[in-house]
Amino acid sequence: MNSDMSSATPTSISERHPITNIEALRADFPILDQEVHGKPLTYLDSAASAQRPQSVIDAMVRHEQRNHANIHRGVHELSQRSTDAYEHARDLARAFVNAPSRSEIVFTRGTTESINLVAASLGRMSLSASDEVLITQMEHHSNIVPWQLICQQTGARLLAAPMTQSGELDVEAFSRKLTERTKIVAIGHVSNALGTINPVKELTAIAHDAGAIVVVDGAQAAPHLPIDVQDIDCDFYALSGHKMYGPTGIGLLYGRETLLDRMPPYQGGGEMILTVTIESSTYSELPHKFEAGTPNITGAVGLGAAIDYLATIDPKARIDHEDRLLELATAELSRIPGLRIVGTAKRKAGVLSFVFDDIHAHDLGTILDREGVAIRTGHHCAMPVMDFFCVPATARASLGLYNNADDIHRLVGGLHRALELFR
Amino acid sequence: MSELEDLYREVILDHNKNPRNFAELDDADRTIEGVNPLCGDKLTLYVKLDGDRIADIGFKGTGCAISVASSSMMTERVKGATIDEGLQLFDTVHRMLAESELDETALMELGKLAALSGVREYPSRVKCASLAWHALKTALNDSTESVSTE
Ligand SMILES: Cc1ncc(COP(=O)(O)O)c(C=O)c1O
Repeated sequence: MNSDMSSATPTSISERHPITNIEALRADFPILDQEVHGKPLTYLDSAASAQRPQSVIDAMVRHEQRNHANIHRGVHELSQRSTDAYEHARDLARAFVNAPSRSEIVFTRGTTESINLVAASLGRMSLSASDEVLITQMEHHSNIVPWQLICQQTGARLLAAPMTQSGELDVEAFSRKLTERTKIVAIGHVSNALGTINPVKELTAIAHDAGAIVVVDGAQAAPHLPIDVQDIDCDFYALSGHKMYGPTGIGLLYGRETLLDRMPPYQGGGEMILTVTIESSTYSELPHKFEAGTPNITGAVGLGAAIDYLATIDPKARIDHEDRLLELATAELSRIPGLRIVGTAKRKAGVLSFVFDDIHAHDLGTILDREGVAIRTGHHCAMPVMDFFCVPATARASLGLYNNADDIHRLVGGLHRALELFR
Repeated sequence: MSELEDLYREVILDHNKNPRNFAELDDADRTIEGVNPLCGDKLTLYVKLDGDRIADIGFKGTGCAISVASSSMMTERVKGATIDEGLQLFDTVHRMLAESELDETALMELGKLAALSGVREYPSRVKCASLAWHALKTALNDSTESVSTE
């Protein structure tokens, strides 16, 4: 392979010595080393978008500086390098989700586009009036609206399985909603509003027993949990690069080959065809059939570099670190008078949503920002979740591997400042 | 005074805690819904007219301190005013939220409402302060459209 190949870092070396000192990794993220409003930046908004390590930034810059050209269509050297880099990223992505085959990895703009692709293409193929699509009450809007759209077009019905007061999916109620009419089940792996980890493997088995096809929204799971689509046995899995320390504008859809093969193309254009006459076209092999037009090549290189980066870290040490921080934050916030945590599932990852009785989340967000603490406030693109808990909005602190106990203490300090102001 | 105290002045915190005219009007002539999708603020504004005067005004809804205080101060100020005075005040408040400095006359006209000027330093919060005013303008223009700050 060419020595300029940007993302071909040898993961094998680091796999033999995975990094277990997670605290030291913070230094890999240059953006964290700055002051905001005169205070050290405390970034607790990774569920909205995670920051990138220097290695991801470098890989993208190197690609732009040395290798960029369009892919799959040039005979010249740069086109070949770009094609290799792009397809190498696909190999890394395949390994990341443990898909059986690289032709099952479709690059998209992100989770939203991945779900829209499945809803439009699979929906067109398999839904008709009297059919049903089952989602859950805790989905992100991007795992609700695409299904609404295809249901409107096909006459199918959209149902949502309920959750409990702690923000856990009610598995029995989920099972009861499954009937022979249920053609597609779409569930979030980790809720971005509540942090709940859903038992996707168990849910997939139940849904498969009922004859449904299973789509998993993995946007919030990818940065926190090991992903194994063969173990889950789901039919589709969607994720976004920017939630897992990669760039924006790139994500992927894993799809079971037997389904992808039968599904009609999502968009038409260059790259996805073999032959075109004015009357008709024949389509490319998988996965190119679903990648119309020039893709986000540098984004794919960045995603590949993010996967490489994560591969250097001992996954158990990383998950332990994040779990400990979430526990610490939960314990510390529980002690603050008037604060209520929204989402108290037994199994959670990376997200802590909360409200005060008499301080609106938006005011909290502004006050914390002046203390250098970045959190998200609002409905988190999950309005049905807000309705369920009868709150207009929540404040949400979310964790990345680079966060530490200091970040949690600064958050707590900022919340006390808010209480002081509003007393 | 820190920047935060400049935003959350006493008068604003007071109106947030004890909003004035925080009630539905059964006999309202105009009812306007306003939303700020960014933060989930929701407001319903009720206006009762007597000729060209705002005879009574009330609001309901949920929102952040800035949004509630702005609604409360707005209703307190325009109750009893004429439609023209209300629209004129909308323009001045709008200028206060959008521009850096206002002249003496404008400041005189604003009076207590000038407390909302701290919002200018917080671009993401300007919409919170302006929601109630957009609803007022819509109500006084006899439009039945709902307003959104998006
Ligand atoms: C659970 C979940 N699903 C889907 C999405 C949409 O991801 P993207 O905006 O990257 O397409 C998000 C991101 O906000 C999310 O948290």
